[in-house]
Amino acid sequence: MDLFWSSLGPMLLGAVKGTIPLALASFAIGLVLALLVAMLRISRSRIANGVGRFYVSVIRGTPLLVQLFVIFYGLPAVGVKLDPWPSAIIAFSINVGGYAAEVIRAAILSVPQGQWEAGHMIGMSRGQTLLRIILPQAARVSVPPLSNTFISLVKDTSLASLILVTEMFRVAQQVAAFSQEFMLLYLEAALIYWVICLVLSTAQTQLEKRLDRYVAH
Amino acid sequence: MSPTEPVLQVRGLSKSFGANTVLRGIDLDVPRGKVVALIGPSGSGKTTILRSLNGLETPDAGSVTVGARGTSADGAAGAAGGPGSEGGTGVEPVLPALTLDFGAKVTPREVAALRDRSAMVFQHYNLFPHLTVLQNVIEGPVRVQKRPRAEVVAEAEKLLDRVGLLEKKDAHPFELSGGQQQRVGIVRALALKPQLLLFDEPTSALDPELVDDVLEVIKELAEEGWTMVIVTHELAFARQTADEVVFMAGGVVVERGPASQVLRNPQEERTQAFVRRLLHEI
Repeated sequence: MDLFWSSLGPMLLGAVKGTIPLALASFAIGLVLALLVAMLRISRSRIANGVGRFYVSVIRGTPLLVQLFVIFYGLPAVGVKLDPWPSAIIAFSINVGGYAAEVIRAAILSVPQGQWEAGHMIGMSRGQTLLRIILPQAARVSVPPLSNTFISLVKDTSLASLILVTEMFRVAQQVAAFSQEFMLLYLEAALIYWVICLVLSTAQTQLEKRLDRYVAH
Repeated sequence: MSPTEPVLQVRGLSKSFGANTVLRGIDLDVPRGKVVALIGPSGSGKTTILRSLNGLETPDAGSVTVGARGTSADGAAGAAGGPGSEGGTGVEPVLPALTLDFGAKVTPREVAALRDRSAMVFQHYNLFPHLTVLQNVIEGPVRVQKRPRAEVVAEAEKLLDRVGLLEKKDAHPFELSGGQQQRVGIVRALALKPQLLLFDEPTSALDPELVDDVLEVIKELAEEGWTMVIVTHELAFARQTADEVVFMAGGVVVERGPASQVLRNPQEERTQAFVRRLLHEI
């Protein structure tokens, strides 16, 4: 049990300095990417649509670990050498972008057509209507599925240990290798991931309540 | 400018959705301050006309002209179809007449100009659910027309007060009844200061007991001198409010004339059948 407590500090530090910032940064950048891709997907241009569709297909059709390795171990072959951290953030952002794009697209499409028309009626352009009228309503619909994406991402950051990012799971691996207490340390890592995700689920519920305030129940 | 010069002039409007032709060369004139009711069976093209007048549909051919040519020398309300906000001080900026020729390619700028001149009240209200009543009303004037917020808010509150909803200004649409939502929809359209008000079956989605409040508001607007086109199934309302009734079927105008004539003494067989059926239902 001593090992549990003595390793808890370094592992939590790994979570605070590795796992959490990695997940937050990747999710933020990924959401921006996703919004852009979603806009390509709902655009009336066939080319834009095709580009968006291709992106989503490639990202969803290949393993995240492979994407990570291509960026960290593969790109140096073509002269692009990135450190572990930027590699991880790029890979995770691109990955989130692919998944969240479909969520956002579906959420945008779930807003009734009449809302677009009302936006146009008061004189708004397509872009203005999207930003001021459609996205605020789509946001509410997309919180549960985007929360899923975020929770998956938090757990997926453990893959970054394989490209030498010192996040929480890498700390666990190092302590386990040193102490040979694999069961204890990996369960401890699992427990920490679980607690983080519990906190996120609670935050999701709060956010849904907040966004629901203008909707009848 | 003669008082009968049309605020709206529609010529040869045609529209097909695939193989389905919904408008076959429609002509329509609405003089300043007059109310035209479009009636007819569903699928007759009435709503498509109305939507074309707000750029929500793009006809395949024909033209739409809104506003008078030149600026107004007479009439305090100027080229604004409405009576102006406060008894017509005549200081409202006057928009020049606008013609959209759908035979050529219509630019987004032209569509935007059309929307500057006409405003629509939707069958299903289409209020913005994430905004309060007041925000719904001022969104267009403040965000799009870039008018001073304080001035717009003051006007919006006055308009909301008129329709008896000032105390609801901070409520969200879901807290209102259908009739209240539709009155907000009307205020949202009025706040845009259009030359032409368009109503798309404004009471069709309402519970029967809520219809009268909304019709009452529209009647008042008619009496005030707003220029309006109303698609409606409420024949009694059309008879009381409209100056002209246009009966459409199958994408053409079958019969048109003064409300009393078309509704009480229709000449065309199809009009007779339609009116009889609707009156029978009542």
